[in-house]
Amino acid sequence: MSFIRNFPLFTIVLSLFSGALCLLISSKAARIYTVLLESVLTVMVSMTLWYTYTTDSAFTYKMGEFPAPWGNEIRAGVLECVIALTFLIIILMSLLAGDHFLRIDIDESKQNLFFSLVSLMTAALMAMTWTNDIFTGYVFLEILTLTSCGVLIVREIGRTTLAAVRYMILNLLGSGLFLLGVVLLYDLSGHLLMVPMHEAIARIAEDPESIPVIALSVGILTIGLGIKSGLFPFYYWMPDTYGSATPASASLMSSLVTKAYIFLLIKIYFRAVGMEVIRKTSILEILFVLGILGMIFGSVRAVSTGSINRMIAYSSAAQIGYIYMGLGIGTLAGLTGALFQIVAHGFTKSLLFLTVPYLAEASGNSLLFGSLRGAARKDRQAAFFFLIGALSMVGIPFFAGFPVKLLLGESAVGQHSSFKLLAAMLGLAISTLLNAMYFIRTLILLNMEKLPEEASPGEMKVRSKSGGVQRIGYPFAALVLAAANIFLGVFSWTLVELIRLGLAMFQ
Amino acid sequence: MQALMENYVEAAAVILFGVGFTTLLFHRNLIKKLIGMNIMDTGVFLFLAAMGYIRGRHAPIIENGVEEVERYINPVPAGLVLTGIVVSVSVTAVMLSLTIRLYKRYHTLDLDAIYVLSRHQGEDR
Repeated sequence: MSFIRNFPLFTIVLSLFSGALCLLISSKAARIYTVLLESVLTVMVSMTLWYTYTTDSAFTYKMGEFPAPWGNEIRAGVLECVIALTFLIIILMSLLAGDHFLRIDIDESKQNLFFSLVSLMTAALMAMTWTNDIFTGYVFLEILTLTSCGVLIVREIGRTTLAAVRYMILNLLGSGLFLLGVVLLYDLSGHLLMVPMHEAIARIAEDPESIPVIALSVGILTIGLGIKSGLFPFYYWMPDTYGSATPASASLMSSLVTKAYIFLLIKIYFRAVGMEVIRKTSILEILFVLGILGMIFGSVRAVSTGSINRMIAYSSAAQIGYIYMGLGIGTLAGLTGALFQIVAHGFTKSLLFLTVPYLAEASGNSLLFGSLRGAARKDRQAAFFFLIGALSMVGIPFFAGFPVKLLLGESAVGQHSSFKLLAAMLGLAISTLLNAMYFIRTLILLNMEKLPEEASPGEMKVRSKSGGVQRIGYPFAALVLAAANIFLGVFSWTLVELIRLGLAMFQ
Repeated sequence: MQALMENYVEAAAVILFGVGFTTLLFHRNLIKKLIGMNIMDTGVFLFLAAMGYIRGRHAPIIENGVEEVERYINPVPAGLVLTGIVVSVSVTAVMLSLTIRLYKRYHTLDLDAIYVLSRHQGEDR
């Protein structure tokens, strides 16, 4: 049984090893190998979740048995396991569902590079989820940035390079700020491991004069991660980036990469700095306001855009706003809502990003709304999964988006500030209304009858060639993602229970 | 002012960070942006190195069998700087390769001009 304690480390080491291995083998072998690897890791993390749940405790794994402050640690509790499991399932499903377009978008000889990058990305995601050391967090954060840039440019069309450069420049600014924040916190506390750092900062914070210094360090770190995760007003890279990537990459980037940064931020707040110290600063209030602005402006841009991919990308920006709003409310209930949103939005957005290209393929490979008219009649299967994703995004009961809004609303009622209550309710109402507007509009458009005179030559084509390859993985993967959406909607209490348990272990 | 004079290395590090950050954010030329990124990282490394150094102590390599902690400086910041340099070099390499790709396609390093060209070619959606 105690052997399970090695599994979190295995997930990182195996993925790193596979990243190197995929470069040496053929694309076909790399494809099979990566899917197998992700499946094995999913089983490992499930067992770790079961282990931490049944023993009702988190465990720490000391590298080389060196104690603090010299050693490096990883830590596994229920919350880390839930997040890691979500990440792994989404990676696996993205690989299966995106395979059809991967074969079209990427040259056969270079496909093994994509799988190598996905393995490395898995390693970075796992390390950022498990790590108990803030500097290790920084190193893997940079690896995640590089690999996400890699999965973007592996599709070689002109605009991906430009989108990648834009994405990288913003991310490098974010990384620089994060590194400075980490160094300042190390300077203050003398520790890099989260637990001793927490103790040191709690001691320093007893002196009220030190609060501005702590606020400055944490603030710089927060801006860094905020830029990287697409917090308002830093979300403008999202549409170009997600729009030009191959569907599997878009799904990975929107569902996982941005969420991993936010989870690291939550981890630092809770475990390295301490929420009681954070509450003494005004960081949470700023995050709350920016979150609500993101919810509203992201949705407004989604309504006004002309292509379905950009609409979903802007809706991602709005959904990131929900997470920051939950975090900004500052109570455990708000944080539960934010963490629920990380999981729920991961499953929903990956489903949408993986489904939309099939609808586009059915209507001549164009993503513009005008040419998508009637696509649902041509591809019933994709239309069905799009419907489930859309209903979940709008927040219809029995779908994953509903409990998020309920949890966030409840947490706003449960706290003391009347400003936050009013702002949260207004933000939720406006954003839900706009969500409903653009998704219902899209659903109607997809189901309308196609007009006979169409397809002007100036139409934007997403890819010149199409089809030719059987879509085998998509129905299965989409079914799993849709089932996860409905499960989270109907049995939301299971995840809420796990998150609460995980947060209790987090302290 | 006194504190600033005493910690002049840290002050210089923060100024370097600011110079690098603004160059990365506002400069239009891609290569200069990258130079800015490297200056920004160097600022952080200088800060780390200054933090780890204690006046009058030696590098953390055992000399003449003396093992007392008081004789040596803290080795951890130096380790962090080394790790940071590795990260910074790899990021620079990736960015330079992207820059070469963009230059081959658009024949300019000016990011604004590249946007305009990309829009003209109907790539920007």
